[in-house]
Amino acid sequence: MSRYLVDKFLFTVDRDPDLVERYREDPAGFVAWWEAEQANQILNCHSGEASTWLAFDDVERQALATHDHVALFELGAHPFLTLTLWIAMFERDHDQPLAMQLDYAAKLAHVTLPYPDIST
Amino acid sequence: MAKLVAILATTHHPFYYKTSQLPPDVAPPFAAEWVRKVEAYRATLTRTRPDVLVMVGSDHFHQLWLDNMPQFLVGKAPFYDANYYNEEREFGLPRLLLKGHEELSAYILREGIDKGFDLAFSNELRVDHSITCPIFTVRPQNDLPIVPIYTNIFAPPLPRPERFVQLGRTIRELIDAWPSDLRVAVIGTGHLSLELGGPRQFGPHGPDPEFDAKAVEWIANGDIDACLSEVTLDSLHAPGNATHGFMDFMLMMGIAGYQKADYADNLDLFHTMEAYFTWYPNGVNA
Repeated sequence: MSRYLVDKFLFTVDRDPDLVERYREDPAGFVAWWEAEQANQILNCHSGEASTWLAFDDVERQALATHDHVALFELGAHPFLTLTLWIAMFERDHDQPLAMQLDYAAKLAHVTLPYPDIST
Repeated sequence: MAKLVAILATTHHPFYYKTSQLPPDVAPPFAAEWVRKVEAYRATLTRTRPDVLVMVGSDHFHQLWLDNMPQFLVGKAPFYDANYYNEEREFGLPRLLLKGHEELSAYILREGIDKGFDLAFSNELRVDHSITCPIFTVRPQNDLPIVPIYTNIFAPPLPRPERFVQLGRTIRELIDAWPSDLRVAVIGTGHLSLELGGPRQFGPHGPDPEFDAKAVEWIANGDIDACLSEVTLDSLHAPGNATHGFMDFMLMMGIAGYQKADYADNLDLFHTMEAYFTWYPNGVNA
């Protein structure tokens, strides 16, 4: 399990408009590219330095590759990161204000307290 | 010594700026009352004629990230750029440039460390809406130098609520003892009950109106002990999964001490309750 790496994916994609669009359009292909090329980049570090050990497990990769925000919640992805990126990708597909956010919540209606651990 | 002229503790609602800019014919029905309450709240700061603002908030995974996460961080820079692409995108927040007060930053860092808080610092900090929302609401002219203080209410493991109160008490001691002629105001923003990215988000009220009612009472009455007796890191999950932001209110209660707020107001909105508190620790006409 690499909850940290899932959060890192959400964080780095959300802050780059180009990556947001690429993830929206081709989630499976984008996740494969990101894991191969970006997952081990150390943020806030000199370019050229990288980690060597970061990878998704199969469940995480599948959740990201299928835009499955319910699975991400259940895996303990940071809910703020998932929500923010989902708003960026999918709010445009809804006509009414907050319709996307309410639909997002409804799909999580089965979740009860305590919520999954989000610590990394 | 410096004079602490005002302590403001409030929610930060990133939708306020955009809502307040809308013409009346397209503004939502709650907009007029919201603007009226914010303008009344702004007057509680304006009347105290501050020279410098100490601003407590929390980075929302903008500059601070899980590879190097401070628990408490003080900005020490001559300027702070503000707001991020995803805040423009989601909330319509404009970019800002704030002035910094490096002397007070350096003082808080040195003395805070000596008083037992190993404060992180940043010489190049881009602040986000936890700092800029109160600029938009209570100091829209953005003319005063600031000292930003960031807390981690976001990425576990978090400091416990007691630690937030203790840091508030320490900040109060430091400001009261700062050898300066300046008038200082402290503005801190947090949340009452709040859910983000979970099943209870964006409801007609905050996710836990009962918690909100209690929280407003604790803050308005300066009832730090009752608050601490009920609030733990675990208990804060129940009112909503982003309710740990309430600990920034607790930090502000630590600054204010066991004092009733001189001004208390709130507004029940969709998604969350807005709340506005001001203390005049040296009297309203200090």
